[in-house]
Amino acid sequence: MADSQHEIWQNAAVVAAEDVAAGIRRVVLRPEQPRPVRPGEHVDVRVLVHGEPQVRSYSVVDAADDGTQLALSVFRTPTSRGGSVFMHGLEPGQVLEITQPLQNFPLRVGAPSYVLLAGGIGITAVAGMAALLRRLGADYRLVYVARSRAAMAYLDDLAALHGDRLEAHVDDEGGSLDVPALVAGVPESAELYMCGPIRLMDAVRRAWAERGLDRTSLRYETFGNSGWFDAEPFVVRVPRLGAETVVGSDESLLEALEREGLDMMSDCRKGECGLCQVKVLGLAGRIDHRDVFYSDRQKETGTSMCCCVSRAVSAAPETVPGERPAAVLTIDVP
Amino acid sequence: MTVAATKTTSTAKLLSHPLDAWYVAGWDHEITAKGILSRTVAGRPLALYRTEDGRPVALADACWHRLAPLSQGKLVGRDEIQCPYHGLRYNAAGRCTSMPAQETLNPSATVPSYPVLERHRYVWVWLGDPTRADPALLPDMHQMDSPEWAGDGETIHAPCNYQLVLDNLMDLTHEEFVHSSSIGQEELSESEFETTHDENSVTVTRWMRNIDAPPFWLKNMRDRFPGFEGKVDRWQIIHYIFPSTICIDVGVAEAGTGAPEGDRSRGVNGYVMNTITPETDRSCHYFWAFMRNYRLESQLITTQLRNGVHGVFGEDEAMLQAQQAAIDANPEHEFYNLNIDMGGMWVRRLLERALEAEGRPAASPTAPAGA
Repeated sequence: MADSQHEIWQNAAVVAAEDVAAGIRRVVLRPEQPRPVRPGEHVDVRVLVHGEPQVRSYSVVDAADDGTQLALSVFRTPTSRGGSVFMHGLEPGQVLEITQPLQNFPLRVGAPSYVLLAGGIGITAVAGMAALLRRLGADYRLVYVARSRAAMAYLDDLAALHGDRLEAHVDDEGGSLDVPALVAGVPESAELYMCGPIRLMDAVRRAWAERGLDRTSLRYETFGNSGWFDAEPFVVRVPRLGAETVVGSDESLLEALEREGLDMMSDCRKGECGLCQVKVLGLAGRIDHRDVFYSDRQKETGTSMCCCVSRAVSAAPETVPGERPAAVLTIDVP
Repeated sequence: MTVAATKTTSTAKLLSHPLDAWYVAGWDHEITAKGILSRTVAGRPLALYRTEDGRPVALADACWHRLAPLSQGKLVGRDEIQCPYHGLRYNAAGRCTSMPAQETLNPSATVPSYPVLERHRYVWVWLGDPTRADPALLPDMHQMDSPEWAGDGETIHAPCNYQLVLDNLMDLTHEEFVHSSSIGQEELSESEFETTHDENSVTVTRWMRNIDAPPFWLKNMRDRFPGFEGKVDRWQIIHYIFPSTICIDVGVAEAGTGAPEGDRSRGVNGYVMNTITPETDRSCHYFWAFMRNYRLESQLITTQLRNGVHGVFGEDEAMLQAQQAAIDANPEHEFYNLNIDMGGMWVRRLLERALEAEGRPAASPTAPAGA
């Protein structure tokens, strides 16, 4: 398959918008220049955040065969960076700008068996893969984990389509996924595709490495929006440039620095490429590394961080219940 | 009086190629574990090599990072290729296995790895939707490696649209004019031919009875029947298989000994195996072989036949090159069709249907205006 990575922008009309789970809205679009959508593909969408245009990526969860309609599903996080607020406000008839589908997470056809692992809204990236593998008669398991059943979009549809191949794990029903057991049960020749929160994916990566499985058979897509800690405001200082600001819980460090007028370099904005690294000069608090660019060793040394996704969090004791002084991060930028 | 001077034709001069199809990427011996073959198939530059255990691999010939040609890199380890520029490595599935300047791998770093099959002495590649890459769709070219057949072939890098080669092979009346010294004779144009087709094949059958054998066939008859003299019945049964394989059952037998009815025991039979891989809109890789089912032990005959057909196909190549040049030099002129194009027109129809099913126009988008 020729993987499409070339951005072609087009208009798309909203034809339907409805809630499909707690905090998850399904938005069906009709693009002006449709083309068939392949599993793992996403579209970039121009959203308005505080009146400013920004770009967000959303997986295509399902689409008409010819691509004339495609559905996204957007989770509105409590600490939304603004994109999901915009997406949740869309109404039928509105027109927005999207790219033709882009591929960063291709499914390889022909593996002996597959495990698809979705955490929460990560289901949007793997639902299409599961549907295709079913159509091809492939050997696959679809493992879907979430905190609560109410937050699991498409669960009934997936159960109807995949039957016993679907395994749902719901934390608040006591059915949390045992990650080491999952990885221990993966056949050596299998490929595992996953999308979900960083804690889940990190646990799988560790178990995968411990078992000594082929690391190229572990495929994942990051959204760059989940961390080890909840996002909270923190102070950032750039002494060399005399800059200081508070990074809000609804914006990234990179966005805050750009807001302050710093000339920042970045590319992927999801913690993969390493182009947005900044040097950590001082820290009151701890770093929540949310990227997949640094190795564990590098994250432990803590001398730099990917400012597109990673944050600082307070490590101080609570002064009054529920309140702690904000972390203070001192950095230098390229 | 008004003269209706409008004309419409659907005979595209620069035909696109289907992508949901198997194309030959190379002869089995061309693709090795010792080096990387760079070849463009159906518009896609490929890096072709074999893994340590002999499995052929077709990767897009451009590194994920800055698109440097992987084919200029080197093979490392069991199944990996290393980019010549910054040392990124990819495995046979096209997944990055090493980024020398960092401790982790970017999870997005992959290059397309296309489905490949090795059969009939060729390595085949599928560039379209991999979920449709069914080995059962591979053309039957079993004469290429059957113990009942012997022969060999070559590759022509033909500077023309692949469809011109298909046209050439589907109508052999050109032999009288292009190959007059070897296989051409006037009976080719004079004799009737029959055309049949189904969903993915077209067959054109021509029998010429009680004629003089042209030089090429007289030599072959004498290889099997030393001192042969006299008239022959000659046949050409052209089998086209989608998208671009044409196997031609050819031969002559002593006239009146029952060859048209099925008894070829007093004759010699060859199969001209042709499979054409589009490269660009105006070039193709034309893989051919001449196989025979007599005197299997003779390497001399194998070499003589290969050399003979090499000469004959060289005449075709010159014509195809001149034809493509004339097409490009006359953009405002159209193709017209003759009755002899019956087979070639069925081939076009099957190709155009496949292109339509893929949602792609039949005429190449890079064709000049008026094409």
